[in-house]
Amino acid sequence: MAKHDLQQKLAILSDAAKYDASCASSGTAKRHSRKGDGLGSTEGSGICHAYAPDGRCISLLKILMTNFCIYDCVYCVNRVSSNVTRARFTPEEVITLTLEFYRRNYIEGLFLSSGIIKSPDDTMADMVRIARELRTIHKFRGYIHLKTIPDADPKLIEEAGRHADRLSINVELPTDAAVKTFAPEKNPGTIRKAMADVRLTKEASAERSHTGKRPPRFAPAGQSTQMIVGADGANDATILGQSTRLYSSYKLKRVYYSAFSPIPDASAKLPLIRPPLEREHRLYQADWLLRFYGFGLDEITGATKDGNLDLQIDPKLAWALQNRHHFPLDVNAAPREMLLRVPGLGVKTVNRILTTRRHRTLRYEDLTRMGASLKKARAFITAKGWTPGVLTDSADLRARFAPPPEQLSLF
Amino acid sequence: MPTIRVPALDTARAWRDAARGLLGAGVPPADVLWQFGDGDADLFADAPAAPPAAAKVGVPKSFVALSENVCWHSDPQRFARLYALLWRLRDNSGLIADRGDADLARLRLMEKAVSRDKHKMKAFLRFREVPKVTDRRRFAAWFEPTHHIAEPMAGFFARRFGDMDWLIVTPTRSVEFTGGDITLHDGAAKPDLPDDAHEALWTTYFRNIFNPARLKIQAMQSEMPKKYWKNLPEAAAIPDMIAHAEARARQMQAAAPTLPPIRAARITESLAQPAPPPASDLDALRQQATGCTRCPLYRDATQVVMGEGPRDAALMIVGEQPGDQEDLAGRPFVGPAGQLFDRIAGEVGLDRRHAFVTNAVKHFKFAPRGKRRIHQRPDAGEVVACKWWLDAERALIRPRLILAMGATAAASLTGTGQGILKRRGTFETTREGTPVLLTLHPSYLLRVPDPAAKEAALRDFRADLSLAVARLAA
Repeated sequence: MAKHDLQQKLAILSDAAKYDASCASSGTAKRHSRKGDGLGSTEGSGICHAYAPDGRCISLLKILMTNFCIYDCVYCVNRVSSNVTRARFTPEEVITLTLEFYRRNYIEGLFLSSGIIKSPDDTMADMVRIARELRTIHKFRGYIHLKTIPDADPKLIEEAGRHADRLSINVELPTDAAVKTFAPEKNPGTIRKAMADVRLTKEASAERSHTGKRPPRFAPAGQSTQMIVGADGANDATILGQSTRLYSSYKLKRVYYSAFSPIPDASAKLPLIRPPLEREHRLYQADWLLRFYGFGLDEITGATKDGNLDLQIDPKLAWALQNRHHFPLDVNAAPREMLLRVPGLGVKTVNRILTTRRHRTLRYEDLTRMGASLKKARAFITAKGWTPGVLTDSADLRARFAPPPEQLSLF
Repeated sequence: MPTIRVPALDTARAWRDAARGLLGAGVPPADVLWQFGDGDADLFADAPAAPPAAAKVGVPKSFVALSENVCWHSDPQRFARLYALLWRLRDNSGLIADRGDADLARLRLMEKAVSRDKHKMKAFLRFREVPKVTDRRRFAAWFEPTHHIAEPMAGFFARRFGDMDWLIVTPTRSVEFTGGDITLHDGAAKPDLPDDAHEALWTTYFRNIFNPARLKIQAMQSEMPKKYWKNLPEAAAIPDMIAHAEARARQMQAAAPTLPPIRAARITESLAQPAPPPASDLDALRQQATGCTRCPLYRDATQVVMGEGPRDAALMIVGEQPGDQEDLAGRPFVGPAGQLFDRIAGEVGLDRRHAFVTNAVKHFKFAPRGKRRIHQRPDAGEVVACKWWLDAERALIRPRLILAMGATAAASLTGTGQGILKRRGTFETTREGTPVLLTLHPSYLLRVPDPAAKEAALRDFRADLSLAVARLAA
């Protein structure tokens, strides 16, 4: 096999890493290097240093340590049966790239993942070594996200959490059956067990001992996971059901949905499709409604017969159109939990409505200034100087929001 | 009419001091003209006057934060607008929370514009390495912000790049960081910076992290507007990436599947997992149960939670099912109910370590509710499916007495869970003839709302445990 230089390796190993959707760098502990004894800072909010033409944020150096892998997951570009070019970084190369990119303000930190080589423990140990050396030798205080290998020794995962801001373990597919079919070497039970361990270790690290001493910090930005959407036959109700269970069981910060996307040298067992980007987008919207807007799973997925979300309109609007008997709502009187259900009003806008209406009566024009999207909201609210009249119950209300039918694209 | 000159350095603080003075002196907004730096004065303005000495005035906290940002905005009207709002706040401090007020809304928009500009500077500024003069490495950058944000941003870069020297040049202000000290200079034209080899590596990364099958140009441009592109080394690659994206995606779909490399089959074969051994002991039983799919509960739970305790235990304690904590830890009775059990058992001299502790159902059944999992009682089918494992545990341990806690355990061991409150404290037998002492489940004790009833239930539970101790001693 030809030997690759650093640039070639970087090309191969970032190409192999792009199917992980997460690039978040937010919500970790605050750190800085103002005293000159190190490099890097984290101040709460994440920073996207660039955007690729796929619209995705580039916040971290997202690479694989190696794309050699002994597993044969059908959907994955790096599976053992694929003929893609293979490469492997040395730990020093990963460390140097991270630091040099960081110094030039290209990135917030490192998101390191890897194919499984030799054994899960060997691979995890190498990844932990990179994180440890960045933190201890180079005093790097930027963001580190480590992809955790579920079968690795819990001691390695514990050490990973001491150096990394975030750990993640991908559940890969929405059902155990699909994992068995498409990722035969992975065990859904082991993946859940690993997420449970991360939650327990993190909770234990938050408790002070009887002497008041705090144990070392563990993954201050929590854990996340990813599910591939559209590779198996699972419907949106199944996918969202799985994520609600994951959120409640393992206190995940995020469940990422990744539309199954064409890969080089795909497997014959899983025909390539055009990535269902619109579906992915609707799933994220539904995920938000479940977590921050007080919606129940049945309310969101019960709107259609096949358990899939409406692709043409967002899930909140879909719910409102089916439950018009709740509307219109008076923005000057309606309770918070009902205002959150109005299409076009977000959490921030609702909070602004609540603080302002304590002082005075809200007019229709006020709502635009508060950030409401009145194109959507107007049919569902009343305010001083505004009533939607018959609009709320008009038969063509859905048509006002749904995009006009278009000719199918050939690709 | 007094003209107040706000300097281009330390602008926010200077404006705040001036505004305090004016407000203290009762000068209405219509009577003040504001001037920024040494810029052109208003035609009708007098020569700049010193503002009255800053007086102590009460101002809502969030106004201070607002003015701190708005002062760096490029709009010449910003100082007047801020002062006008401050004037209105004098006798209506609640106004600051009114998100519908037009004056405030306008200032909030300006605040947002400055915040966004600052954020984009954090994101899109690019350093290049320049030759060093001391042993600290040196970097320099050119950036074109929309507002006067170089000065307020100096702290951010100093906190981030503390161990290197750097210079940030913008058209209106330059910031130098040398040996740990920040110095502000006048703005300058774009400097000629030496090439940096890492820009090629970075562009390689940018090209390859891009997924050509997901082209979303609009999404990229709304977050990374074109006006920033000329100073971003990676942006030069964008047109080419877009032009070839669709063809690349189509090529991936059209490509015929290839034959796997020869090593693949060998590796896959070596990973095939061996079949579980027969259950001759507890460890083997646990291993078998790990893959249990006898009922659907395995799909949502983390793991199977088997019993634990000595192999020769005389007493077997059977609860309902693992809870949230047990499910995570993989061990029975470690959550709140388990702790309550331990406490009362300790009071009557029952040592849990000498008993074999297990559950009638081995997987946690729950309903997700936000960030929590709500316990659900297992149904008859699930209890029957899991009885297989409980029977296997009983066959291995062969206890002299079984303590069945709660209706589910009673149902699994005696065939019915009905009327547990009446049956508690009595002995029944399993089908094989092992005596079963029935009692309440400790989690029931945790949930009894009425304090008197709770006290009574605890008393009953304690009595039942004493009964078990006495029976074992007999």
